[in-house]
Amino acid sequence: MSMIADTPATMKPRAEALFRRKRLTAVAIPALVLLYLTYAFFAFDVPGLLGRASLDNARALVADTYSYKTHVTRDNADGGLRIAIEGERKGTYAEGTGPDWVQFGDTTTVDLGDGSVVTFGEDVSIDVPGYGIVRAEPGAGGVNATFPEGPMPDFVNASKNRVTITTPNGRLTITRRASEAFRYATGWELFFFTLDSPYHGLSFAQLAVKTWEGEGGAILHDIWFNPMWRHGDVAWALFETILMAFLGTFGAALVALPLAFLAAKNFTPLVLVRQVARRLFDFCRGVDALIWTIILARAFGPGPLTGALAILVTDTGSFGKMFSEALENVDGKQIEGVQSTGAKPVQRYRFGVIPQVTPVLLSQVLYFFESNTRSATIIGAITGGGIGLLLTQAMITQKDWEEVTYYIILVILMVFAMDAFSGWLRRRLISGGDS
Amino acid sequence: MAELSSDGRLADIREDYLALTRRKRLYSGILLSLFVALMASGFMIADARNAGGFWDGIANVFVFPKIVIAEAWEKRAELPAHVVEYFPALLETINIAAVSTLIGTLIAVVLSMLSTRGLARWPRLIPLFRRLMDVMRAVPEIVIALILIFVLGGGPVPAMIAIAFHTSGALGKLFSEVNENASLKPVEGLASVGANWSQRMALGVVPQVSPNYLSYALLRFEINIRASAILGFVGAGGIGYELKNAMTWGAGKYDDSAAIFLMLFLTIVAVDQVSSVVRNRLAHGRASEMLA
Repeated sequence: MSMIADTPATMKPRAEALFRRKRLTAVAIPALVLLYLTYAFFAFDVPGLLGRASLDNARALVADTYSYKTHVTRDNADGGLRIAIEGERKGTYAEGTGPDWVQFGDTTTVDLGDGSVVTFGEDVSIDVPGYGIVRAEPGAGGVNATFPEGPMPDFVNASKNRVTITTPNGRLTITRRASEAFRYATGWELFFFTLDSPYHGLSFAQLAVKTWEGEGGAILHDIWFNPMWRHGDVAWALFETILMAFLGTFGAALVALPLAFLAAKNFTPLVLVRQVARRLFDFCRGVDALIWTIILARAFGPGPLTGALAILVTDTGSFGKMFSEALENVDGKQIEGVQSTGAKPVQRYRFGVIPQVTPVLLSQVLYFFESNTRSATIIGAITGGGIGLLLTQAMITQKDWEEVTYYIILVILMVFAMDAFSGWLRRRLISGGDS
Repeated sequence: MAELSSDGRLADIREDYLALTRRKRLYSGILLSLFVALMASGFMIADARNAGGFWDGIANVFVFPKIVIAEAWEKRAELPAHVVEYFPALLETINIAAVSTLIGTLIAVVLSMLSTRGLARWPRLIPLFRRLMDVMRAVPEIVIALILIFVLGGGPVPAMIAIAFHTSGALGKLFSEVNENASLKPVEGLASVGANWSQRMALGVVPQVSPNYLSYALLRFEINIRASAILGFVGAGGIGYELKNAMTWGAGKYDDSAAIFLMLFLTIVAVDQVSSVVRNRLAHGRASEMLA
């Protein structure tokens, strides 16, 4: 870059070369990205995946998030009737009671909505409007169903031992051993009280009166220990998740702070010590939370402590690196000033260094606290603690999607709350700390 | 000046100062003891709710790694074969991270421009896009991944979509902070010659901010490699899935686990190092090129 060479004649080709290069990158980079995405499209087998994707699962999932099913099951052998919400034992109606669309008597009729009526009597029959009556006499020889004349419509699925009739709002399944009808209804049933609670079905006003009469404790007890939704357990799980993030993040900060001094150039002149500290940080970060979780779970067993320790070890590495960088950027004048008053080394650190780096470190720690609330959900799913465990358990059963929805909403609210809290704390401690 | 030097006034100031210091110390002390109490009680609760206790466990921390290392050392001759065997899975994990970072970055660029004052296409909708990014950031990846695994079946795509979703929100926020500092002059210049919104953004804003974008995207890539390994463990393919299988087989297959540990470790360290070098260059270097 000598000054003599910079004449228009020499500058023009240089500028043109630069333009050519820029024009080339403007085309080449998007082309490379596109090429890579095309490769990934086939490497991930997206066409095959779209073929395998289960729309039925998606539909069941969406329907289940805002509605629930009530199953009416007849034992074909003894004629016994059982009515249960979501078919679960915890949601079973007492004998002789049920929702208002079930009529008891010698023959029980179940109104599936949209005009379809199921009758459980000597035999099982369903009257589908616009189609006709399907009658079945389940027994040793199979379902023995008779259908109206004409071709079989799509909503009927029949074989010798099993007949399924799907109506817009429910379904009837007949097998040799049992006949089961269910009907969808909107909402999250039994969210506050299960059927065996004396407070089930009461209005808010009635509950308020009962609370006034001194039953508030019992009401809260029934909500908290609701066996279907397990609000108490869920609250504990959320708390465990936050606890993991809290212990892990702040524990890591406490461990990393002294080590960071060893890794900072201006505090540790010894190259060997510095290198050892830095490699230790790299190792902690490189092994990653996943592997730490697996290793620590072997020693400590599943639970929140394992998750907290996994976060602690991983973040010790991250904090150590960030803290030592912050320490290398401190202003030496303040330390000299403190030293000139005759301060000993510990006092020099306390009054010369710590006040300078505290705001930086604190804000980093709080950012990590925020993101670790999310990580703790995932680590909980692996190590078996907190809301992550509940979430994976509910998903593995693949039927309680309303609970999955509930947990997801809680997780998002928890993350929002932690974001807001750490943001508030950051503003208070960092900008408000000086005043 | 006369009053200041008088003894009474000086004593007042001194008294005030000491009172202030005492109060500050008191507050700091309360805050510190509160923090210590929280840590201690939190530790005790976590210890009580854990299957194994802390003090029993701490003695056994090295038992499992020792077994794994011993077995891997015994079968060290098979290590290269394992590396070859698991390399496709590692590649899948890296691919998941790379594709999700790419797609997430592209979405984040658009979202960030839509939510930056002065650049937004629809200024009234800025709060909407900001909230949208907050929600995308808040949803943990595992939630989306598990739902998509249920609908789409296992494999890399659910993990990729889940990570891309989170990445869009996280990067969108950072990008919009970068956009705030971009000069509006090129944008106005382009507007004056009749450029439409996407042309103004692509030609006026992106060249100014792309080094910062790239730097954040690389940082995100580091994070996403870890995320994609972890999601594999819950059923989304890649090296995490292989690790889970190897762990389930248990003793006798620990050489597989050790090989996977090692590959994952080396990959993470390598990506960290490369990305930190590139990011340093983006932040400090290239001055000569920018002047030319």
